[in-house]
Amino acid sequence: MSKANLLDRRQVVSTLLADRKDVVAIGGLGASTNDMCAAGDHARNFYLWGGMGGAAMIGLGLALAQPELPVLVITGDGEMLMGMGSLATIGLQKPANLSIVVLDNEAYGETGGQTSHTSAAADLVGVARACGITASQAISTMAEVEAFARRVHDVAAGPRFANVKIDNASLERILPTRDGTYIVNRIRGDLGFQPI
Amino acid sequence: MHARADAADTAPMWPDDIFATLQRFDVRQVPYVPDAGHSRLIQRVLASSTMRGIALTTEEEGVALLAGAWAGGQRGVLLMQSSGVGNCINMLSLIPILRFPFLTLVTMRGEWGEFNPWQVPMGSTTQGVFELSGVQVLRASSAAEVPAVLEAAAAQAYNALTPTAVLLSQRLIGAKVFTK
Repeated sequence: MSKANLLDRRQVVSTLLADRKDVVAIGGLGASTNDMCAAGDHARNFYLWGGMGGAAMIGLGLALAQPELPVLVITGDGEMLMGMGSLATIGLQKPANLSIVVLDNEAYGETGGQTSHTSAAADLVGVARACGITASQAISTMAEVEAFARRVHDVAAGPRFANVKIDNASLERILPTRDGTYIVNRIRGDLGFQPI
Repeated sequence: MHARADAADTAPMWPDDIFATLQRFDVRQVPYVPDAGHSRLIQRVLASSTMRGIALTTEEEGVALLAGAWAGGQRGVLLMQSSGVGNCINMLSLIPILRFPFLTLVTMRGEWGEFNPWQVPMGSTTQGVFELSGVQVLRASSAAEVPAVLEAAAAQAYNALTPTAVLLSQRLIGAKVFTK
């Protein structure tokens, strides 16, 4: 497997969110949620510190509830592998406003860098496409990241999936808030919903 | 011994009672893993213009989905069989952390005349798993009590954010009959 053209995860995420406008972004458990915070805290950031395997499904629930809003899930290869069935669920529902980006370093970075299934065998782009997410692609350049970031705002042409091969550099942790109730209520408030 | 009151009830109406209650509480997303006991309710949901039935590959997907739905302003309910409750355990941790309304309706296997021993271990621990995970458990054992139980469950789940599971007992649904 080629190790060329590995991208910097923080640069990928900050590019995805640079011109975010209305985007609601969900960060999967692990470094992805930290990357989202490093790109700048935002009222529409849904940081996950648990529930491994659930990021894409949280994205689906949000996308179905808010079909006019672009919803972007940013997660890692290990987190996506744990919730791989959700790609079949999303392929069935076909939410046009949902985009999923996997930051694939082929390893479980938070637990000691053990290699993941994508390092040798699993092809998440192939899985997503075979599950009915036809707009699925592998990304290896920043130009492709920039183009994908623009397509996220097209809420009529999803769902879309991208697997981005990133390097496995260990970066300074930028930790978002861990208060889940605050995170959810901040998103709800920004979308105009009152507390119960 | 009297004949069972619902013995002639080949097309039970209690799923329609559930559907009506869910509609009244403005439930919009209905993730499910199919079960024979939920088949009529699933049909009603899939035919509804206000609810979206969402077929899952595994039940824990539904817990995460309901968290996202709530962040986006919608209520949901998770339909599953007792064997699926075990699949949800870690994802149930999202409920107290994110504090979203959680209601699940669980058709029971592994009790009341069960034929299949493989259903018994999970069916026997379903209530305990929920209670250890912070989900309150209500039970309906007859068609007559379904409306009141559903009303109470939906009210406390959606109005008071009390995570709630309704166990629809095998006595209500009828033990699955296996024939050669």
